[in-house]
Amino acid sequence: MTTQTTTPKTPDTPAPGSPTGLIGIPAPLGRALATGGGALTVLSTFLAWTWTDAFPGDLTVYGYPGGLQVLVLIAGALTTLLGLASYGVKGLRWLVPAGADAALKFAALGAFATTWYTVIAISAQLGGVVNLEPGGYLAAAVTLIALLGALALPFERPEPDPFDPDDTGWDKARHRAAQNWATVKAALAGTTPRPRKPLPTWAEILVIVAVLALALTVFTYGIGTEYDELFVGFLITAGLGFTALHRTGLITHISELTARHQNTTVFGAFLAAALFPFTQTDDQYATIGVYILIFATVALGLNIVVGLAGLLDLGYVAFLGVGAYAASLVSGSPSSPFDVHFPFWAAVLVGAAASLVFGVLIGAPTLRLRGDYLAIVTLGFGEIFRITANNLDGTSGPDVTNGSNGIAGIPDLKILGFDFGTPHDIAGFTIGRFANYFFLMLLITAVVVLVFRRSGDSRIGRAWVAIREDETAALAMGINGFRVKLIAFAVGASLAGLAGTVQAHVTYTVTPEQYLFAGTTPPNSAFLLAAVVLGGMGTIGGPLLGAALLFLIPNKLQFLGDYQLFAFGVALVLLMRFRPEGLIPNRRRQLEFHEEADAPAALGKTGA
Amino acid sequence: MTTTATTTGQTVLDARGVTMRFGGLTAVRGVDLTVRSGEIVGLIGPNGAGKTTFFNCLTGLYTPTEGEVRYKDTVLPPTSYKVTAAGIARTFQNIRLFANMTVLENVLVGRHTRTKEGFWSAVLRGPGFHKAEAASRARATELLEFVGLAAKADHLARNLPYGEQRKLEIARALASEPGLLLLDEPTAGMNPQETRATEELVFAIRDQGIAVLVIEHDMRFIFNLCDRVAVLVQGEKLIEGDSATVQGDERVVAAYLGEPLENDPGAAEAAEVEAAEAHADTPHDTAAGKENDR
Repeated sequence: MTTQTTTPKTPDTPAPGSPTGLIGIPAPLGRALATGGGALTVLSTFLAWTWTDAFPGDLTVYGYPGGLQVLVLIAGALTTLLGLASYGVKGLRWLVPAGADAALKFAALGAFATTWYTVIAISAQLGGVVNLEPGGYLAAAVTLIALLGALALPFERPEPDPFDPDDTGWDKARHRAAQNWATVKAALAGTTPRPRKPLPTWAEILVIVAVLALALTVFTYGIGTEYDELFVGFLITAGLGFTALHRTGLITHISELTARHQNTTVFGAFLAAALFPFTQTDDQYATIGVYILIFATVALGLNIVVGLAGLLDLGYVAFLGVGAYAASLVSGSPSSPFDVHFPFWAAVLVGAAASLVFGVLIGAPTLRLRGDYLAIVTLGFGEIFRITANNLDGTSGPDVTNGSNGIAGIPDLKILGFDFGTPHDIAGFTIGRFANYFFLMLLITAVVVLVFRRSGDSRIGRAWVAIREDETAALAMGINGFRVKLIAFAVGASLAGLAGTVQAHVTYTVTPEQYLFAGTTPPNSAFLLAAVVLGGMGTIGGPLLGAALLFLIPNKLQFLGDYQLFAFGVALVLLMRFRPEGLIPNRRRQLEFHEEADAPAALGKTGA
Repeated sequence: MTTTATTTGQTVLDARGVTMRFGGLTAVRGVDLTVRSGEIVGLIGPNGAGKTTFFNCLTGLYTPTEGEVRYKDTVLPPTSYKVTAAGIARTFQNIRLFANMTVLENVLVGRHTRTKEGFWSAVLRGPGFHKAEAASRARATELLEFVGLAAKADHLARNLPYGEQRKLEIARALASEPGLLLLDEPTAGMNPQETRATEELVFAIRDQGIAVLVIEHDMRFIFNLCDRVAVLVQGEKLIEGDSATVQGDERVVAAYLGEPLENDPGAAEAAEVEAAEAHADTPHDTAAGKENDR
């Protein structure tokens, strides 16, 4: 192989265009193996995988899948369904508007990865493969067979680039690697889905409701995973399962539906989120829920500043801090130097107004800077806030914030006689303290979403995007750049302040150390920015999803311990390499993909 | 021909003694220029003559070191967005669209100075907001129809072909309802057909009562289009007059064909000759089309 010089063809590389699989099994056999393997995977989850319940989740029971087996069951069922759909079984065609083959590969990969992760985790934890029962062996074998079968499915091979005869050996090796990578990518690539058949409006809304219910179920399951292994398994299954569904083209159809019924979708999503506390039996996961919501809301506020107006703010968490401090100072806390107890609505106004003032004070001098300079200066101001709060303790400065001890003992909210601190019974469900705050926070999130949507789609929102795209041209179009940027900064700041007022009451205590630039627990400025970038800049769903992931992953994967930030950094680098537009690309980016064919190159300078 | 049928009226633009220095380099030296309403004025000159710098002085991107610029008898503020609000809109030599916004959104951004709705109006969405938004969209759609891009309103600006990007930039500039439109090389990189379409477009803009000042290297385009042409050489205005006067002036020919005006031989000069020759070549291709047009 290394002696090859000019011809691009190798014995094992079939001619371009002729559809073959990655693996040399005949396609019909591969399809049968994948489908049958999927079915057997489902079956194997009903067997015992190990003999002892020392491995969490109790995988010892016959006839009743538990823990990770449930995830494998779902992945196996998806594989079987897609396999049947790839045979063109009537009644399953709606499932695969973009063809089933690529999706089948991902589904089989999901089942395989989850199963093998489980089997390996059992062996590693209990000390050897002897701890596996026949069910475990069967599952491992059939998922491998299904994966191999799926990889044998035909796909359009990319046109190979001809070799340059002058290439050195190293160049050739690189060339070949690039070629192989392109082939693998082509094997897993999806196709454009066929157009959606129009449904009656009620049916479309029903589909949206079903999707939201599914999303709530998945989210609730993820948040409720009780041990590390289950959460890792959940991430694998959910990630690959979602990719499989994306490859079927179903997700594209659903996003068309949600785009058509935007208001219904947003309303439904909030309703689904409001149902979350009712799915919980105790307050443990509602706690996570409310923290995620705080984090997500602040990230969404940051998305106005970063995603819409393109102002890189690295000190954004300071605005959350200002809001929290302002609210705590007027909350009647015993450690507050002000002996006042404002009602909540007034505290909210104080918090938002304080953040607004702080935002304008920081923005006015700094927003004359562009790009990296602005990032550095905002980073500095974020630290200034934290250090100032630390020093206003009565010794280094006037006694306002109680120094590093912070404002403690912030009383629970009481709105119209509703005590947020005590559990309430609503329709047979017990709604605990954190669930109460969850509802309140959801209201704040709704406000932020409303502000984001409405301001984004208006004269001011277009001005923000114009500034982000090309500041000089925006100025030449009559946009007062400084003013518009200051508005973005101030709006972002007051929204974060709004969230801060609730945060102060949820956490009982406000200390300067909650508002770092970077730390292991969100929210901090670095994580907020990461949530926006990870989720997708300029979207609503993006920061919400990004924040949920960034909160859950460190929270659930305790075993990562000291390597958490390292793993996080690696994940972010990989994401930026392979999906720079974020998990949820915004409408404009999607548009970019739809018309990618006729995009002209950037236009250079053409003479003076 | 429409060129001669213009009635020149009020002075729209009045630049007096505009000088722009960057450190020791004087890019523009004491240039006077007036543009009256209903006029198309051309600004030509070899590469590096200071045409774009002069444009930037007019539009507030640069503050002139000396001299002043008046628009309809008021001295222009030295700030880009205020100049646009006053009524001067421009396009850029290297297209500067908002690449990731749709075609319609680009034009809507151009409406910024002529609308008032602020942040609160956008969030509260009262009846006034919807009315203003609908009016803006109607006007933007109208402008897209005017330049012939209405069918592509929902495309991303970056995905338009080159010629249409130029048109979109003009539509965006027109959206600010200017009294004077500055076009910086509107036909650069265009083929003869596109150049002629642009010519028609500029006439149509003039017929709407908007004065036009245009920088261009395509001489046939300029002399077809303009009522008056000013020649800028090494930062100074060499001559100003109608097409015949300028075309007949041997100093202009010298400036373009490389006979050094002052003792300034060098490599830059050679490059200019090449550029001038390249431009001199193109009109031959258009000649046939032009004859048909008359």
